[in-house]
Amino acid sequence: MSARVGHIASNTFREAVRDRVLYNLIAFALLMSGAAILVGQISIGIERLVVVNLGLTAVSLFGVVIAIFIGIGLVSKEIEKRTLYTVLSRPVQRWEFIVGKFVGLAGTLAVNTFFMAIGVFVALLYVSHGLQAADGWILVALYFIVLQFLIITALALLFSSFSTPLFSALFAFCLFVIGSFADDLRGFAAMAQGAAGWLATGAAYLVPNFSSFNVISSVAHQQPVAAQLILSNTVYALVYVGMAISGAVLVFERRNLK
Amino acid sequence: MAAIEILGLEKTYHVGFWRKKPKCALRPLHLNVEKGEIFGFLGPNGAGKTTTLKLLMGLVFPSGGTARILGMAINDPRMKAQIGFLPEQPYFYDYLTAVELLEYYAQISGVPAKQRRSKVDEVLNRVGLPDVGRLQLRKFSKGMLQRVGIAQAILHEPAVLFLDEPMSGLDPIGRREVRDLMEQLKQEGRTIFFSTHILADAESLCDRVAIIHLGELRGVGAVADLTSSVEGKVEIVWQGSIAPAAIKSLAIECHVTRDTGRAVAPEASQDRVIDILRREQLHLISVTPVRASLEDYFVRQVKPSQTAAGVTT
Repeated sequence: MSARVGHIASNTFREAVRDRVLYNLIAFALLMSGAAILVGQISIGIERLVVVNLGLTAVSLFGVVIAIFIGIGLVSKEIEKRTLYTVLSRPVQRWEFIVGKFVGLAGTLAVNTFFMAIGVFVALLYVSHGLQAADGWILVALYFIVLQFLIITALALLFSSFSTPLFSALFAFCLFVIGSFADDLRGFAAMAQGAAGWLATGAAYLVPNFSSFNVISSVAHQQPVAAQLILSNTVYALVYVGMAISGAVLVFERRNLK
Repeated sequence: MAAIEILGLEKTYHVGFWRKKPKCALRPLHLNVEKGEIFGFLGPNGAGKTTTLKLLMGLVFPSGGTARILGMAINDPRMKAQIGFLPEQPYFYDYLTAVELLEYYAQISGVPAKQRRSKVDEVLNRVGLPDVGRLQLRKFSKGMLQRVGIAQAILHEPAVLFLDEPMSGLDPIGRREVRDLMEQLKQEGRTIFFSTHILADAESLCDRVAIIHLGELRGVGAVADLTSSVEGKVEIVWQGSIAPAAIKSLAIECHVTRDTGRAVAPEASQDRVIDILRREQLHLISVTPVRASLEDYFVRQVKPSQTAAGVTT
């Protein structure tokens, strides 16, 4: 991959970190500290369960909000503020710009998740006075959350390559919500008949299947995650991201930057 | 080989939400810019100057025609490594410092790692920003951002520079400095293609200019050629605090400022005006033929269509 992708990615990372993400980390640290103290005082026997559930859900929601709101601005903000003009007038291909932006934001989200995960583990340590071997599955849940972020970022980037920031945010958020119920949608598709069945099946397989990425509840109960699920989710996320980024590149390669 | 060859480049946008209507932003444009010249691309607001620059930079795609820069196609990365571009009213990544921004541009322009820092320092000095390299760009004034914009355009020592309204947002001293910088860049052998609607800048800097209006090329040539036509009038200046009534009746314009009188009269009346000055014992300072200014030429090219379009001045 070209060195320019790396330069664009590192610039995206630096800009994102200085722009908004630090505020999110402060908010998250405060939330987790407050929750841990509160949970420690009001829960009896299930502190660990509550902290893991609350912590991982918060990591997921904070990350999704960042992925959508920074993701939709990656291209549209650059066009609107004309920062893109001085980049694309250099020996930078349009696909390099899109891929660099994606890698930069993915890196931002990964680092962000790393720090939020530290917050979760510190809160867990505070309420349960130690870690157990089964807590290692929390890392798998966090890995799945990062995979979800990658899919959301790629979709936000795809939408922002042809739509306005508002519509891009709306589309990406709707897909996140629908994708979280993808298993239910597939169940409905299996029951539906005729044209409705075809449509529901198509929609069910088109939207990202976030249901299979949600293992928060099971890891909170210290249940293991199957290796097969880890592998299938990894492959699914990579293929989905690849397709969304390819779509974004195809649209962006033809776009007039007015 | 010309530095820039524009071969029938044209652009039509389709505007509207439902029934899209074609809107012609640039009619087929044919233009050559030679190596080492400063070429001014003039036109009123909305004339098609920025569209032309965007087409040349590959930011929008032409509806027809093509262009070659340094003999290469406009989407050729090898060509893009040899050009610099300053967009109109540039805006950069707010949270980066000037040094970080320029290092980033140096990276993606392919400047070797060992040279980047020295190039950045050198170019910041050159645009008059030696002490603010560590300041985030969101704290920069409009004029400072314009200078950073020029710095990023010349950072990688391009052979051809495209500058869209380079004097915009600058105070008189800043404008003078940018003009001097452009002269220096020309001395270094670089080709400069710049758009402006400030005619004084073009007149003082350009070897040649083109005038574009409503997306159509209206004229092109050396500034001296375009402005050399003598208008059949002379400007007569004398020392004295009065303007004799006889001169006023002969002159097209006549006024006195403190102890200097000035009249513009038809060439045929020149001798009679001089006789009157002698009779009144006023000291003649100069008699100069009045030549058309670039502004006169510009107005002549632009005005007919403005009148046709119902624009009043």
